[in-house]
Amino acid sequence: MKGLKKKIDNVKPHFEKGGKFSKLHSVFDGFYTFLFTPNETSRSGVHIHDSNDSKRTMITVVIALLPCVLFGMWNIGLQHNMAIGDPDRAFFRMFFYGFFAVLPQILTAYIVGLGIEFIVAQIRGHEIQEGFLVSGILIPMICPVDTPCWMLAVSVAFAVIFAKEVFGGTGYNFLNVALVTRAFLFFAYPSKMSGDNVFVSLGNQTAVDGYSGATPLGQLASATGGDAQVLNVVGDPLSFTDMFFGFYPGSWGETSTFCILIGLGILLLTGIASWKIIFSAVFGGFFMGVVAHHFANELYPVTYLLPWEQLSLGGFAFAVTFMATDPVTACRTEAGKYIYGFLIGAIAILIRCYNTGYPEGAMLAVLLMNCFAPLIDYIVVNGNINRRMKRLVPND
Amino acid sequence: MSEKIRIKRGLDIPLAGKPSNEVTMDSGSKLFAIFPDDFPGPVWKTSRKVGDKVEAGDILFFDKNSESLSLVAPVRGEIKEINRGERRHINFISIEVDFSNPKASVSTLSESSGDFKDKLQRSGLWSMMRQRPYDIVPEPDKQPRDIFVTAFDSAPLSGEIITSDDHEWLEKGLAELAKLTPGKVYLDIRYGQGLTSNVAIVTEFEGPHPAGNVGPQIAAIKPVNKGETVWTLDARTAVRIGKLSEGIPDYETLVAVTGPEVNNPHLVKTIVGASIEGILKGLVDDFAGKRIISGNVLTGEKVGLDGFIRYPYRQITVIPEGDDADEFMGWASMSPEKFSVKRTFPAFIRGLSKPFNFDARVKGGKRAMILSGEYDKVFPFDIYPEYLLKAIMAKDIDRMEKLGIYEVAPEDFALPEFVDTSKQELQKTVKEGLDYLRKELS
Repeated sequence: MKGLKKKIDNVKPHFEKGGKFSKLHSVFDGFYTFLFTPNETSRSGVHIHDSNDSKRTMITVVIALLPCVLFGMWNIGLQHNMAIGDPDRAFFRMFFYGFFAVLPQILTAYIVGLGIEFIVAQIRGHEIQEGFLVSGILIPMICPVDTPCWMLAVSVAFAVIFAKEVFGGTGYNFLNVALVTRAFLFFAYPSKMSGDNVFVSLGNQTAVDGYSGATPLGQLASATGGDAQVLNVVGDPLSFTDMFFGFYPGSWGETSTFCILIGLGILLLTGIASWKIIFSAVFGGFFMGVVAHHFANELYPVTYLLPWEQLSLGGFAFAVTFMATDPVTACRTEAGKYIYGFLIGAIAILIRCYNTGYPEGAMLAVLLMNCFAPLIDYIVVNGNINRRMKRLVPND
Repeated sequence: MSEKIRIKRGLDIPLAGKPSNEVTMDSGSKLFAIFPDDFPGPVWKTSRKVGDKVEAGDILFFDKNSESLSLVAPVRGEIKEINRGERRHINFISIEVDFSNPKASVSTLSESSGDFKDKLQRSGLWSMMRQRPYDIVPEPDKQPRDIFVTAFDSAPLSGEIITSDDHEWLEKGLAELAKLTPGKVYLDIRYGQGLTSNVAIVTEFEGPHPAGNVGPQIAAIKPVNKGETVWTLDARTAVRIGKLSEGIPDYETLVAVTGPEVNNPHLVKTIVGASIEGILKGLVDDFAGKRIISGNVLTGEKVGLDGFIRYPYRQITVIPEGDDADEFMGWASMSPEKFSVKRTFPAFIRGLSKPFNFDARVKGGKRAMILSGEYDKVFPFDIYPEYLLKAIMAKDIDRMEKLGIYEVAPEDFALPEFVDTSKQELQKTVKEGLDYLRKELS
């Protein structure tokens, strides 16, 4: 590695101020710090530092996402084979079908998003920030498998510029970038983002008789009466185990509650995600699920789902684990996190149950609470200020 | 019975090189220096010239705005150098010690008349105290609400501040301090330290660093409010005050020589401002690639081998600099040698039983605040540190006051700075905030 380091150090002057490629300074710096941890030592303040930095933090989140990514790819292949009536269940054939189905989207998200990050970092003279490493993989995962790449590119560009960079970049955005991308797609291109025909990749092949590509929540939202049953793509009933492990169509990264729990375990073990948000969001979702189930109503068929089915279906678990816990857009005070999480859980299930126009409410719930997080923090911090002011009274 | 308070939020950094209780005498130091910048607040002036002969306790610096506030020579000798920096700002005055009969002569200090407060200021001991708000040398015209004395240091690798021989003097010092405040004198001790006092209110503290810092101690006992002033000092200074009340000028100090690069870390008895080279003689094999810190790793000052021990004259730490590490893809490292309070590195499995060899690398780029709640876990105040820091950065005085800036000193933000994933310079921010506030409100 010493040789490589020497070579890079030799070309380094070209990228510094006054060098031939000084316009690419931030990009060079980004790759350089990716390869070699800077030798920079502390100049003021503490002389030693904790080893964790923002690169490690973001990589940890990406690792936590991997089980969902891998399962999602395999599940795309499974749903495809079931839909076209192919009895082949060979693991790698299904996995690679899914892998190649989503690879263009992942590449699009990273190229567009990181490209904008690189340009903005260079204009501002900053180091490149790692936030998009996570957003870039999250975005394809919460989209339907056949989302056209140009749509994705437009939405990613919109989200990165208008939800993040205009506010100052990673750490200053108040809305979750991945969810803004998803919301932009959802409202700009609704025909490609919802309905029965977008969540299963047929790949120019004809589906078998009795095929329906509707997601479980989609089926329920359009059902009438209280006896609706959730079916898989070929019309067989879906068991709770199927729901839990994620063998059903949906935005490809978020169907498997099991894989999400593995990711959650990693996030909680490493201390990156706040257990307070997750605990209270699950509690809020469960609570709302119990309330909805208690007042189950034929007008709103989703209310017939049992509370734990609510938690296992759709994007709820994924949104709670990977979206609600985004530290930048969540509440930053510890007390606020409980309120924030609870409301996300409750509102997600509320929208899902009682707004039949939106089969899933997790995205909107998180975005809504992103907007309210600063208000919750404000109230919590004001409580602290009031306590301090009260201390003053006896001395007056 | 003394009250017992448990500090829950904090961190004992598992740094290698803890000192033993062995005490040796410093015999190698010939040069001693006083740095006026270590004593913020007053405007320090000097009328000394190179070659002047001074006794221990003679005035080196005086405050432009008050009659008797001073910094004094800690030893008898001859002024060797008046080191100046930019715009003739005085960095330090160094004195070459005169070994001939060092204890024979008595400084003017012992003979001076006037009240004890005046004597305290002229002895330089006043300047070794600190005032909150602002973390400066106490302003002579202000009366403190209370005085807080901490009898132990909890910083990484710190040693004992006082020994059992000092207990009697400590009590005398506390009695003198009690005369300076209409309020109370608090003596904050480590749980089980076994100190008692008839004049001070003794409180026992248990828990990780910063349990030994006066900031969290005040916060737990009686927080500072707007308009109030408290004084803080360590027990060593209180012991010196006790001795001064009997007419004995004392500038001895117990320095813990510590760190992973020190052979046989232990305590060295020396004098305030002693030269680093003298103290470290024979304790470090090779100084190449090493960082010498006067103080602890959190709040200390980086010094060279030709440097001097700086205020509060308690500790020297030597760690590897680490600027030649060239670590390949450090963010992907699975090394068990990387410490983090987050469990993102596998080192958390091995536990803290074996200490870590930290080097001085920042280990990451500076970012905006991303993770939340990091600071709170090591910040035992009823304050939202992140919001206070943001108010300071925005120079919003009203909000700084409301969020509790009067209760804190830069050292209270040392642990948040250590754990910060975004690698920001928090102590510097707080210092700038306090200085700004003092300037605007005076």
